[in-house]
Amino acid sequence: MKRLALTLAACLLLAACAGSPAVAPSAQGGTPSADQVNAVAKNLYCPVCANVPLDVCGTAACAQWRGQIADLLAEGYSQQQVYDYFAAQYGQGVLAVPPARGLNWLVYLLPPAVILGAALLLGRNLRRWQAAPSAAKPGNDDEYTRKLEEELKARR
Amino acid sequence: MIADLGFFALLIAFLLALYACAAAAFGSQRGQQRWVSSARSATILSFPLLTIACASLVYLLANLDFHVQYVTQVTSHSMPMYLRVTALWGGQAGSLLFWAWLMAAFTFAVMLREWRRDRDLEPWVIIVTASTLAFFLALILFFENPFLRYWQGITGTVWAAMWQPTGAQPYIPMDGNGLNPLLRHPGMIIHPPMLYIGFVAFVVPFAFAIAALVTGRSDDRWIRVTRRWTLIAWLFLSLGLILGSRWAYDVLGWGGYWGWDPVEIAAFMPWLTGTAFLHSVMIQEKRGMFKHWNMLLVILTYCLVIFGTFLTRSGVLSSVHAFAQSAIGPMFFGFIALTFAVSLALLNKRWATLKSEVEMTSLLSRESLFLVNNLLFMGILVICFWGVVFPIVSEASGGIGRAIPALAHIFTGQRATVGPIFYESATGPLWAALLLLMGIAPLSAWRASTARTLGRAMWKPFAVSLVVLAGLLVGGMRQPLAVLALWICAFVFLVTVYEFWRGARARTGHGEHFFQAFWRLVARNRRRYGGYIIHIGVILIAVGIIGIELFQQETQGSLAVGERMHLGSYSIEYESLAEFETPDGRLVDRAVVNVFKNGEPLTQLYPRRDFYYESQQAMTIPGLRSTLEDDVYILLVDWEPVSASSATFKMYVNPLVNWIWLGGFVFIFGTLVASWPEADLQPVRSRAGVRGTAERA
Repeated sequence: MKRLALTLAACLLLAACAGSPAVAPSAQGGTPSADQVNAVAKNLYCPVCANVPLDVCGTAACAQWRGQIADLLAEGYSQQQVYDYFAAQYGQGVLAVPPARGLNWLVYLLPPAVILGAALLLGRNLRRWQAAPSAAKPGNDDEYTRKLEEELKARR
Repeated sequence: MIADLGFFALLIAFLLALYACAAAAFGSQRGQQRWVSSARSATILSFPLLTIACASLVYLLANLDFHVQYVTQVTSHSMPMYLRVTALWGGQAGSLLFWAWLMAAFTFAVMLREWRRDRDLEPWVIIVTASTLAFFLALILFFENPFLRYWQGITGTVWAAMWQPTGAQPYIPMDGNGLNPLLRHPGMIIHPPMLYIGFVAFVVPFAFAIAALVTGRSDDRWIRVTRRWTLIAWLFLSLGLILGSRWAYDVLGWGGYWGWDPVEIAAFMPWLTGTAFLHSVMIQEKRGMFKHWNMLLVILTYCLVIFGTFLTRSGVLSSVHAFAQSAIGPMFFGFIALTFAVSLALLNKRWATLKSEVEMTSLLSRESLFLVNNLLFMGILVICFWGVVFPIVSEASGGIGRAIPALAHIFTGQRATVGPIFYESATGPLWAALLLLMGIAPLSAWRASTARTLGRAMWKPFAVSLVVLAGLLVGGMRQPLAVLALWICAFVFLVTVYEFWRGARARTGHGEHFFQAFWRLVARNRRRYGGYIIHIGVILIAVGIIGIELFQQETQGSLAVGERMHLGSYSIEYESLAEFETPDGRLVDRAVVNVFKNGEPLTQLYPRRDFYYESQQAMTIPGLRSTLEDDVYILLVDWEPVSASSATFKMYVNPLVNWIWLGGFVFIFGTLVASWPEADLQPVRSRAGVRGTAERA
């Protein structure tokens, strides 16, 4: 019960957290603000720093890229235009997800196709198994569970 | 001298592993047990030999013998003794030796078991374990020898070789390069061994599975023999993943714990198939079904273990966790391909004999739901695998584009990045479905279950979970995804607690106090209730993940001394920054930041940047204030040099993130309970109640 209370309390706390928006005073300001730059940089990767998103990468090269993003945003580029600019300059590898074109479609299509195929196969077999004549009745052949149910019934 | 000792111990262990394979095969073919026993002795002997090799390398590392190339690569004078010792797994050659030593330790333990009932399996278990060991020892001896020493020729050229070349003199550098700064963390002392133990322990169930396939045994003996080995492997792999996440949270400075990095995924994939296997074997044990599937799962798990080691060791993928790169990639690739092909060929050969003893009879039976559970785990595996290999595929496809110009616009050869967004959005629904299934499956019956029986079993926890749902909505939570995910967590938690309560209540009928009944219930049904404890751990981890993934807040700002920055109910004030050097070769820039909550002083944090002179690498160490409610996580991004009059900070508020670590403890505890050896069974009583059956369960 204590754990239950803890979970409930934490969930309610979380609900409270969700309701309190972040404030953005002057230290976090600027045009564009560091937060706006990071929101774009989050989905970019420099070719040198392995799998570290640009918004958290500490190298000088990545800091320079963030500066470049700030310049582009200041010039009025949209988020997508910034991504297009970097992809054109440095290749699609800088984008956090491959753009949906050419071979990249396989990234998005192959896993769902395999999972759906397996689910269909499983569904078909389950229906076939269920349709097969069987003497099975709702019950339990796990001895422990059967005894547990009996004892609980006896206590009622 | 010590390097020679280590090298010869390695060489003899390698020769013995080869001999063990040959002798076991010969003994099995001729039906001569003495050859098999000799192979077994050879396999046993590899453990003390590799212990000598490991101890030799540790001795060289601890004494900073820079004549040895590996010692120069991973240690330096500034490193404390504990880091010199743990540098054993800090580089390519040492970590492969450590892997082989752990493998030999597990093989040693397996060989010492009582084989009387499994004489037919014995030679094949020896062949599989010894050949895996021989493969790793070959890699070490011929590609990644940690005992190579530096020599200098007359012209001044320095190179590494095992023995002194003619005319060359020993070359001893003044100091070493030192360990990668990312590895100088307490988490890194424990994380790799845990992960490696998890990896190598999965070789044991694989060896028994192959032995069963070769000998044509279609019963579940191999599963019963390896159940505890599988649980131990799974325990350590889980522990390795949890510790790795904690290390990433503390050291990598990105405000998170899991970045869907290829190396993280490489360690995660065998865990996925291992988890599916742990669930699926229960069906074979109870119902004699899914024999093909279990074989396939254990083969996949083994191949993914080798694949994971291949990814981290070959340098084929760049990663924040890939601390070693070399030319051993093709060897690994060949070994995986060969193992997979031979295993599948064997499975195909025995396909007919592994037919299920009974058929599935109900869509809602426990076995059906376990099958769905397996499908979901495999779905996540497919997403992970494809995400990891697609960058390589996209780059390699350039060859097609160059060969067929008409297709050049499709096969561009440009390497793609598959980042966290892909994995999170693709696996998210599958995780939610798995979580929900975790609440339903334990209530369904084996063989046959109907919607009515299932509904009767779950209506009480379901009703209480609706109260939680109402609480979330009344509390102001409006994010549909979060509401749904937290409701599922609450429902599964309640189902699991209800199962404990029902079991303990049944036992109180025999005159036991409730808590005594609870204790004995768990103690005498360790596998069942250990599993339920693991489920509670998973729920806690899920709550933590929901908290940080859906409610994480972040901001960044430059602060002058005394200025404040705000995020949610928290604010931070920049007080000062100090720069100093440490005896272990770091230049540290450490800020002092005051943290406030709702305007009231809360604590002081010290985010810092450590610059390692030896490796010319910087580390960003967060200032962290942790509670069960949330973490305030502050990074020092930049600062005004000399005057330190202003500094830039990145601030995160990570709600509920500590529930992940708390859940991790519960998870590991549950696995220990489930894998703890049962006490000697009591004689079966004729009129046994839950107590009696429990004692026999």
